[in-house]
Amino acid sequence: MSPTVLLPLVVLLPLVGAGITLAVHRSAFIQRVVAMTVLGLQVVVAAVLVVLVDSGPVVTYIGGWDAPVGVTLVADRLSALMLLVSSVVLVCVLGYAMAQGIVDRDAEAEAEKRDILPVAVYHPTFLVLAAGVACAFMAGDLFNLYVGFEVLLASSYVLLTMGGTAQRLRAGSIYVVVALVSSLIFLMAVTVAYASTGTLNLAHMAARLPEVSPAVRLGLQLLLLLGFGIKAAIFPLSAWLPDSYPTAPAPVTAVFAGLLTKVGVYSILRTQTLLFPTHEAGERRVLDVLLVLALLTMLVGILGAVAQDDIKRMLSFTLVSHIGYMVFGVALAGEASTAAAIFYAIHHITVQTALFLVVGLIERRGGSTSLERLGGLAKASPGLAVLFFVPAMNLAGIPPFTGFLGKLGILEAGVENGSPLAWVLVAGSVLTSLLTLYTLIRAWNKAFWQPASAEVVARRVDVRVPRGLVIPTVALVSVSLGLTVFAGPVYEYAERAALGLTNRTAYIDAVFPDGLEGWTVKDEEAVASDGVAVDGETTGDGVASDGVAVDGEVSP
Amino acid sequence: MHWLAGSSGLVMVTDDPVAQIQTDRIPSLALVLVVGILVATGVYLLLERSLTRVLLGFVLASNGINLLILLAGGAGGAAPILGRSSEPISDPLAQAMVLTSIVITLALTAFVGAMAYRSWQLYGHDEVQDDIEDRRVARFMAERGEDEDPADLPETAWGLDSDRGVA
Repeated sequence: MSPTVLLPLVVLLPLVGAGITLAVHRSAFIQRVVAMTVLGLQVVVAAVLVVLVDSGPVVTYIGGWDAPVGVTLVADRLSALMLLVSSVVLVCVLGYAMAQGIVDRDAEAEAEKRDILPVAVYHPTFLVLAAGVACAFMAGDLFNLYVGFEVLLASSYVLLTMGGTAQRLRAGSIYVVVALVSSLIFLMAVTVAYASTGTLNLAHMAARLPEVSPAVRLGLQLLLLLGFGIKAAIFPLSAWLPDSYPTAPAPVTAVFAGLLTKVGVYSILRTQTLLFPTHEAGERRVLDVLLVLALLTMLVGILGAVAQDDIKRMLSFTLVSHIGYMVFGVALAGEASTAAAIFYAIHHITVQTALFLVVGLIERRGGSTSLERLGGLAKASPGLAVLFFVPAMNLAGIPPFTGFLGKLGILEAGVENGSPLAWVLVAGSVLTSLLTLYTLIRAWNKAFWQPASAEVVARRVDVRVPRGLVIPTVALVSVSLGLTVFAGPVYEYAERAALGLTNRTAYIDAVFPDGLEGWTVKDEEAVASDGVAVDGETTGDGVASDGVAVDGEVSP
Repeated sequence: MHWLAGSSGLVMVTDDPVAQIQTDRIPSLALVLVVGILVATGVYLLLERSLTRVLLGFVLASNGINLLILLAGGAGGAAPILGRSSEPISDPLAQAMVLTSIVITLALTAFVGAMAYRSWQLYGHDEVQDDIEDRRVARFMAERGEDEDPADLPETAWGLDSDRGVA
């Protein structure tokens, strides 16, 4: 079997699974079996892909149409690694959700009306979300990326407003409207890209963009950053996140926190490295803006977290804050910083999801997620305390966990960069890390360490946390610990992935194995105008100048 | 087949007489203006409180952007892509993208419509509420005796209790 079959498979498997689970919605058992099988297979396929693409990107031309005419799916090291981590997370969260569905139907959760998952709708929607995430990671063209985003966003709307309770509707309407606007901006960027380059294939655009006038290119870059920035929750565009995520049921919040923002970060990473490499002055300016935004994201996010009493909301704010680290890594735009950003993204997906699952357990055991109403959990439930403490310390960046390694990598890259702005960011990162530690320790002290008052004990549900919920959580925490143990190979893989991003030719050559001959303007233009290499900015004709900035880098 | 960048956009040049995709003509100004008006009114409506108006704004803005995609495909008037002829054909890719975009818009319109209806069921109106942080800040200010009137503020941290207005 040729490896190219695997790429459509990662999108098709969950989609077919979604169809089947919808058809058999009467039988919760068959739904569970199908959903688990499909996502399990996705993990296997993703693992195979991670190994395969280490020797070079795998490209599939859907329907036999070669690039740039047809839809192209591309898996390189970055997308395969992201896919593997997200499918592992999806499996764990699905396991948790299943157990919650079973437990809640047995127990008297009906009365509480808070954490009920209508399982019949949940499974198909969850699988469509998985398909959308996979589609976004595998997309080889901008429009397909848009479609992937729409698929995962549409299912996220359903998951977030599931049950249609007042609280979820309020949070959901803000979330949906913000996401709709970000999609419109993204679609506008797609249109600008098509109008200016005549293609949407990312590799093809990478070859063509140097010929586009710098002003249009800058506009396109900003539009894309704006669209992805909302999805990734970068500071001025992040206000929607801490408000909407905490209202959803624990498994939904967990998967949103882990995956959705990271798909935005992935898209920024992909488009910035492939379409807008750093040697242009204009692009450098944009990256400086991105650096400032990264700093603000980190600081504003973590200060928001410090002010929260509710663990779910606190974690949502730390989520925003830690997106800043990844943006910092991306904006430094070096090989080392990109590698660190990739590693940090993987770390953050697993740890943030694990923490939200643990909070679901805390809510079950302690009867609340408010720090004012919790206490003494370490004594009452030592296992739960360990489950919270390990990922919490991981997130705060205590050695030897992955959070420490990722932060260290980003800080090293920042110091190596050496510009004053980079130093400010290094300081900001360290401060953010300390404040993260402070918030998490505060949560630990209040919920677990301090003796429980009589009122707290009275509220506490004195039942064991169901094993079905604990096992997936333990699994996910173990995955994050596994990443710590195997941090060496994983970090090396991330470094190779970063190499593949900064050195674009491998990607472009994989998509166009016969070269870009006949697909570029360059050869023709150079002959026609007798090789007048015009540097777009000096033609002086303003925006509409036909600045054919001939750029030697991407010639086939 | 390849593209040439010129002062009037991109021109597809091909040795194959079958496909002469015409994209070099400047698109109609009327359409560009319509895009501008649709997006502008759409943005205005998106800033409203009522979900129904937000929905209308989304529909207008996305239709504006759909038109923009058509504009990106070059000027109208050329033959559709069908059969073999040597005359210029219109860009089929832009049309394919518009179709996809229209389908997505339709589905999301239905979803937001359902949300607005559910909101009306619950509260008797479909206004988007303030988020929790806003309300906390407002309450904090009110406690310090500044601008806001505490009577306007909801009781619980989550604000809207589900029982309010359901009956």
